[in-house]
Amino acid sequence: MADRKLFVASHAPFWHNGSGVSSRSFNMILAAMPAVIMGIMQFGASALGVVALSVSSAMLWELLMNRLMKRPVSIGDGNAAVIGLIFGMLLPSVMPWWAILTGTFIAIVVGKQIFGGIGCNPLNPSLVAVAILTLSWNSLLDFDEALLNFDPGFYMVYPLGALKHFGVSAISNYNIQDLIMGRQSGGIGSTFGLGLIIGGVYLIARGHIRWEISVSFLAGIFLTSWIFNIADPSKYTGPVFHVFTGYTLIGAFFLATEDSSSPVNFIPMLLYGFIGGIITILIRNIGAFADGTVFAILMMNIANPLLDRIKPRAMGKGIEYA
Amino acid sequence: MIKKPFFGWGSPRLKYPAIGGGEKEPVTEIPLPQKASILIDYPFEKITEMFLKKGDRVKTGQRIRLSEGGNDYFISTVTGTVEDISIYTGYMGRTYSAIHIEGVTEDQWDPTLSNAGDRLSTEICLKFFRRLPGIIDLERLVDPVVPLDAIVIKGIDEDLLVKTNQLVLLNNPEGLTKGVRYLKELTKAKRMIITVPPGLSSDAGNMDADVIKVKPVYPQALPKMIMKNVFKRTVPAGMTCEDMGVAFINAEAVVALADAIDNGVMPVDKNFTLIDKDGKSMNIRARIGTSFKDVFERLNIKTEHGDSIILGGPMRGRSVYMEDMPVNYNTDAIIIQHKDDITENVDIPCINCGECVRACPAGIQVNMLVRLLENGLYDEAAREYDLMSCIECGLCTYVCTARIPVFHYIMLGKAELAKQKSREVSNG
Repeated sequence: MADRKLFVASHAPFWHNGSGVSSRSFNMILAAMPAVIMGIMQFGASALGVVALSVSSAMLWELLMNRLMKRPVSIGDGNAAVIGLIFGMLLPSVMPWWAILTGTFIAIVVGKQIFGGIGCNPLNPSLVAVAILTLSWNSLLDFDEALLNFDPGFYMVYPLGALKHFGVSAISNYNIQDLIMGRQSGGIGSTFGLGLIIGGVYLIARGHIRWEISVSFLAGIFLTSWIFNIADPSKYTGPVFHVFTGYTLIGAFFLATEDSSSPVNFIPMLLYGFIGGIITILIRNIGAFADGTVFAILMMNIANPLLDRIKPRAMGKGIEYA
Repeated sequence: MIKKPFFGWGSPRLKYPAIGGGEKEPVTEIPLPQKASILIDYPFEKITEMFLKKGDRVKTGQRIRLSEGGNDYFISTVTGTVEDISIYTGYMGRTYSAIHIEGVTEDQWDPTLSNAGDRLSTEICLKFFRRLPGIIDLERLVDPVVPLDAIVIKGIDEDLLVKTNQLVLLNNPEGLTKGVRYLKELTKAKRMIITVPPGLSSDAGNMDADVIKVKPVYPQALPKMIMKNVFKRTVPAGMTCEDMGVAFINAEAVVALADAIDNGVMPVDKNFTLIDKDGKSMNIRARIGTSFKDVFERLNIKTEHGDSIILGGPMRGRSVYMEDMPVNYNTDAIIIQHKDDITENVDIPCINCGECVRACPAGIQVNMLVRLLENGLYDEAAREYDLMSCIECGLCTYVCTARIPVFHYIMLGKAELAKQKSREVSNG
């Protein structure tokens, strides 16, 4: 019987559209590239070092956890690399190495692996890391303090910090073109607005992120800051400034859209994004932090399971045959 | 294999095959095999020597009883000697009996049917035509207590790549017209409907049936989708179309019925679509009972260790583990898949990307459903996350980024719930 011809039997369907976790991760990395490359060009080699260490250490933590938890090695799916990359994009270019290692440890181990790995994390792992670092070593993530001795050739005061501490009059130094083209202080991969938009549109077109979340998040930011602006223009700046500064664009396209911690139904996606945008502006305008994106999205991550209860009625549910 | 398009925000659009445009498609006839096997949906242990035993001579078209009441029978599709009777385990552990007939010679037709009187009577129909090519059980249609609201004749096949019924519509409109008339008389159904792909409607125009064009995008031809889109009646979760008074049958069965009633010859051949490893599609006509192996040999198709043989279409078919499987009454398609084309499932948990939710035509929250099913929480899956609303199209698995066998989990869940229910009933 040894030479008997055997056939592979599996369950239908016998076709697959060819998508996979690795290609999804690869596309995320690809989409992030314009912003990352621009960041490295602006902030120099130290930015490259931060991003490289962040990606590699995230993958190493993942490998270590795979070994410890006796699970199949999963760094090949690229998810750890994406988490590391996005974490690196949020950091200032002078982040010390130990803080990066701590951050990726928090992202991969605390943010992802202890919940069961990919798909099981209730919060965006990169944001968990940034939030904990912000609370623990605030000065490391304060861009004005961190980038104090940095002169890339443009106005290096963190825009949201200037707005927070000196009011609307302080932001007349910024022009919108500089903000879009990444000539502003901020995280390595979060300052180049145009690049982030290109990457985001690419991901939306390919179906790797859900457009509803990005669009409603930006709408939430825009509308809320506009209302504040109308209410008191001398205290609150207009929506365009908010859209192109801080973590807004990276948040809309790369952070809020993280698969596992965001909803999948239509109305919940809109609510998730929109409320996230509102909270971001509330924190920026009347809260304690200069940028509220991190905490706003984390808050919406927590609300996600509840929001996703709003689901369409399935075919044939709740009707009786008369 | 069809790949995801570059732009991928919508749900997949998989098109049904379209034939027509005037030219007739050739049909390859497979000659009579040396030996044949007939699969019957009758418990192996109940087959007694009184009615069927090794060494019995059987004739083509002969009706062979299986029990005293005479209600259980099968039709021999070849002339030969019964060599063996064995048990075959199929999908979800269901068992069938396989009757192996060897020494098949040229057909000697059993004359009982051609000598029978009024063949268009309920009695004769139930006595001979309970199984026709393309239909499993005529009993449920003929002479019901309450006449059916409608019978839908499927002129477009449910699954992708399959052209069997479209071909019947194209090649044999006369037979179909007659069959529709007979079926109406037998079933007293209030309405006859025939579903066609958009290009084929002219051929179906003269029939005593309403012609309905079905959008040729998968899964629009599935019965529950037709119920929803054509009848505007949604089938409640856990119920079948037949519970709602609508029966779906293949066009091929209607033609076979007309043929049998008119000519008194049992239909013993089956048409099906065969898709080769390179994706080439062929229309085949073979005797019921011919093994796949004989079909492949005749067509010069070489199968290798590690390939896959699929009975049915690519989305809803069932893979079989041996080549000795015979062509049966419900074999609408055979697909041979090269070992490199087989999609592999991997052990990654759901990443919550939401592709399945967008693809699901029944609006089920598949991302949550699969989490419950993976953990065996079938009751909760049915109660909270609409397991029973699933129309079994397989699109969720087709698009799954994590390549979870979602469809398999769903079918397992449904089978487990059915088992549980039957246990509850038997325990009172």
